[in-house]
Amino acid sequence: MVEFTLPKNSKITQGKTWPHAPKAVHETEFRIYRWNPDDGANPRVDTYYVDRDDCAPMVLDALIWIKNNIDPTLTFRRSCREGVCGSCAMNIDGTNTLACTKAMDDAKAPLRIYPLPHQPVVKDLVPDLKNFYAQYASIEPWLKTVTATPEKEWKQTHEDRTKLDGMYECILCACCSTSCPSYWWNSDRYLGPAALLQANRWVQDSRDEATGERLDNLEDPFRLYRCHTIMNCSKACPKGLNPAKEIAVLKKAMVDRQV
Amino acid sequence: MPERPLSPFLTVYKFKYTLATSILNRFAGLILSAGLVMLVYWLVALASGVRAYAQARALLSLGVMKFLYAALLAAFAYHLIAGMRHLVWDTGRGLEKKTAERSAWVIACVSIVLTLILLYCFLRPAAYTQ
Repeated sequence: MVEFTLPKNSKITQGKTWPHAPKAVHETEFRIYRWNPDDGANPRVDTYYVDRDDCAPMVLDALIWIKNNIDPTLTFRRSCREGVCGSCAMNIDGTNTLACTKAMDDAKAPLRIYPLPHQPVVKDLVPDLKNFYAQYASIEPWLKTVTATPEKEWKQTHEDRTKLDGMYECILCACCSTSCPSYWWNSDRYLGPAALLQANRWVQDSRDEATGERLDNLEDPFRLYRCHTIMNCSKACPKGLNPAKEIAVLKKAMVDRQV
Repeated sequence: MPERPLSPFLTVYKFKYTLATSILNRFAGLILSAGLVMLVYWLVALASGVRAYAQARALLSLGVMKFLYAALLAAFAYHLIAGMRHLVWDTGRGLEKKTAERSAWVIACVSIVLTLILLYCFLRPAAYTQ
């Protein structure tokens, strides 16, 4: 259902301001969303000052610097630190992106950091993505065939392989889906840009033999058609992909198979 | 274990032009629906005889109603132009990020021009005098 305000237990309260690092000359101010499941309090926004002469340039570097030097309780996911794993997806300066590929200097200070929008929060910047992964599983992201398996590999021409460009690069970081107002309000039934882009990745795959079945699964007022081309997804994607366009391709495939 | 809070969404997300054009399109649709109710009121009054019509006429010709008519014309112009953009999108075209942002500006400008034309045609003081 459409709701515009946060539930009572999610209202953000005044947080604390953490001390400056001793002898810091160049500093960047961070305002970071905090929620601790153990203290029973509402979420708050804490203020930190990062010593830029002691810290590498990316937002993830700053988060790690804060954790190491100021506040070891600050919680966030990270792994590859180079935009491949998708773990450090969060809302930075108002747009969802990866903390590891976003330079601090490319955002307006103070840098405001929140978890991915409209998700249940596990702790601080860690959202619960169970629903997101379940939706990905629901599009059955694997090769489905009925013909006998060839002796070696399933072959594909160069042209057919090119059709997967712009989709196979998706790392499922959830930046796009959680940027989408339709997804905020209908994530129980609308699959969201990431799962739909992945669905199209298998619909377009020349080796896959379940195209009709895949489209049948999406023929639903909510699963696919809650996309209203708002395009927040394409604006957010840290890999430069265009989920809105892939969804349009899916909608077109729905019509094409009927005429 | 307390219930998990919901992370903030509307209040923290940065404004995008494509987002604005989408929400405005909905808003214009709502205004048009309200206008339809007004049209029905006018038609019913028209069908209910001279006295009812005179009453409706007195109400609908109030000066403040002009603002409402202007809003309706603007909503009509915007909804029409934004709808055409959706038709183009449905063919799979115009969805590149740059193109979509540019077309957001184009529909804004075109619908403003169309609104001005409609306003001139319908609401200029001399429009209905012989």
